[in-house]
Amino acid sequence: MSLWEYANPQKFMQLSRWVLPFVAAASVLCLVIGLAWGFFWTPDDYKQGSTVKIFYLHVPAAMMAINAWVMMLVTSLVWLIRRHHVSALAAKAAAPVGLTFTLIALATGALWGQPMWGTWWAWDPRLTSFLILALFYLGYIALWQAVDDPDTAADLTSVLCIVGSVFALLSRYAVNFWNQGLHQGASLSLDKKENVADVFWYPALVCIAGFVLLFISLVLLRTRTEIRSRRLGALLARERMG
Amino acid sequence: MMPELGKYAGAVLGSYAASLGLIVALVAWSLWRSAKVRRTLAEVEARAAKAAALKAKAKKHG
Repeated sequence: MSLWEYANPQKFMQLSRWVLPFVAAASVLCLVIGLAWGFFWTPDDYKQGSTVKIFYLHVPAAMMAINAWVMMLVTSLVWLIRRHHVSALAAKAAAPVGLTFTLIALATGALWGQPMWGTWWAWDPRLTSFLILALFYLGYIALWQAVDDPDTAADLTSVLCIVGSVFALLSRYAVNFWNQGLHQGASLSLDKKENVADVFWYPALVCIAGFVLLFISLVLLRTRTEIRSRRLGALLARERMG
Repeated sequence: MMPELGKYAGAVLGSYAASLGLIVALVAWSLWRSAKVRRTLAEVEARAAKAAALKAKAKKHG
């Protein structure tokens, strides 16, 4: 059995119909547990006070905003190289989900930044690259809508996705490239000394799992819709031709 | 039960409201569009099957 079998729309529909309810239920469970744990049962930070509770939304959303683009990059490359329609449709399905996570990261960042930095916004490397990433998401979604032929739209959006990947990577590593700006360094690290304290880390880990599972659920659901929509378009075109 | 958020209550509660609002809107939109496309596809498939059956019948009867 090969992974490429799932590039067949029928195989994908069969597998996703079975997997989707489990992933969706696990995502709801992780989000409810993680967010309730973080909000109700973790202490305030000695420096940032109760604003540390924003961490459980801001960090997972920012991580998924970048990772969603990386997933779109991989599926776009699969489309360009192997011409599997499901991969192009999966990239299309992921874009609004990635945009929503980017908007959550930007909104929670502004709400967190105001009391901590004294400003809602600064032209800081990480913030600016995140704003550009949000604009790339919008451009990517608009390009899919603007081109009538689905294969041409998939080609053009794949190229845009490759170009936008520079900003997705920049969003991730901006704090390492430039030691300037207001945004702090990465909060999470595999090095225990640099990572946040366990009391914040464990609920954050559950929230990250919830965001990852939510992303997978929504991409599966939306890809199924895109596959049906493609079939609908083909049937309507056949009907018109008599 | 409710934690003491102090002077940052607006920022914390605003963050949770904005994030959960965006997530709920995205999930609702995705489910609504999925149901709409599925319903329309079922209608068009039924129409196509009916047309194919009529065509086959007409062919059989010359």
